[in-house]
Amino acid sequence: MEILVEKKTKGGKYYGFYFLVAVIFLYFLLFFFDPEGAHNSLKVSGNIFIRIIPVLLLVILFMVLIDYFLHPKTVAKYAGKESGIKGWFFAISAGIISHGPIYVWYPLLKELRDRGMRSGLIAAFLYSRAIKIPLLPLMVYYFGALFVVVLLPYIVIASLIEGEIIEIIERRKR
Amino acid sequence: MINPKQKGISDEKTKSIVMSFYHAIKSLGTALPTLLGVVLLLGLFLTLVSKQFIASVFTGELFRDTVIGSAMGSIAAGNAVNSYIIGGELMKEGVSLFAITAFIVTWVTVSIVQFPAEAAILGKRFAVIRNSLSFFLAILVSIATVTTLILIR
Repeated sequence: MEILVEKKTKGGKYYGFYFLVAVIFLYFLLFFFDPEGAHNSLKVSGNIFIRIIPVLLLVILFMVLIDYFLHPKTVAKYAGKESGIKGWFFAISAGIISHGPIYVWYPLLKELRDRGMRSGLIAAFLYSRAIKIPLLPLMVYYFGALFVVVLLPYIVIASLIEGEIIEIIERRKR
Repeated sequence: MINPKQKGISDEKTKSIVMSFYHAIKSLGTALPTLLGVVLLLGLFLTLVSKQFIASVFTGELFRDTVIGSAMGSIAAGNAVNSYIIGGELMKEGVSLFAITAFIVTWVTVSIVQFPAEAAILGKRFAVIRNSLSFFLAILVSIATVTTLILIR
């Protein structure tokens, strides 16, 4: 079991629920002080939720496929301790290609980690998401092609550094 | 005639797919309250924090602005498109490219709003270490990028 993964306590199990209740409480407070602001916030949240539904469905599909086809041994081969450069390549490429908001991908990453994926690779995946292929033309429009060409390799390098540091911390804690 | 052995294997496969589907739904269902909380928090953030407010916090001092850029990107949330648009506007306002680069990198790599979801699903320690590292790495990425650009030009 990875060191950076914490054991699920009873409190941890309900963490998400408490968090949701706290946010709903914030909305109640806002309704008293700024009803229009609260209404607009709900509207924006509704739009976000509708937008993430297709990605959520995609994530469910991926999770079903992973559960059915990907055995821990396979995950360990491509993203486990012995995966080497292949693992980094797999994690960073997946991060760059992945679509939609990051929080939708957390359950899938947890599933992969439970099956043997290294925490360093999860960190590399999350960092490399800073490269958004569909948005590159917009980035070029605002900051110029040269800026984009220089920035992207540095993001890839930072993904590797972050993953490596997380693995070093993990090894030291063991 | 159907071979009973083959029928057994096919039944097992169907059962296994149903179980995989059940596991996926259960796993996502556990994460759903956190995801809903994050979506609601995003709605609050996008409605209450204006672009003008983000622009007003920069001071003009290079290193401090880079750290502020990294911090603002960490607090800000939403689609990365917004970070480019705000970054473009900030550039017009004369904010340094160091700060803007740190801002657009942390917008995606660090998230205060999404932190509860990350901590709940991937573990609190992992989330703290990853977000802290991403914050400092964004500053380094911004310094490296803009310095390289200066050298090239």
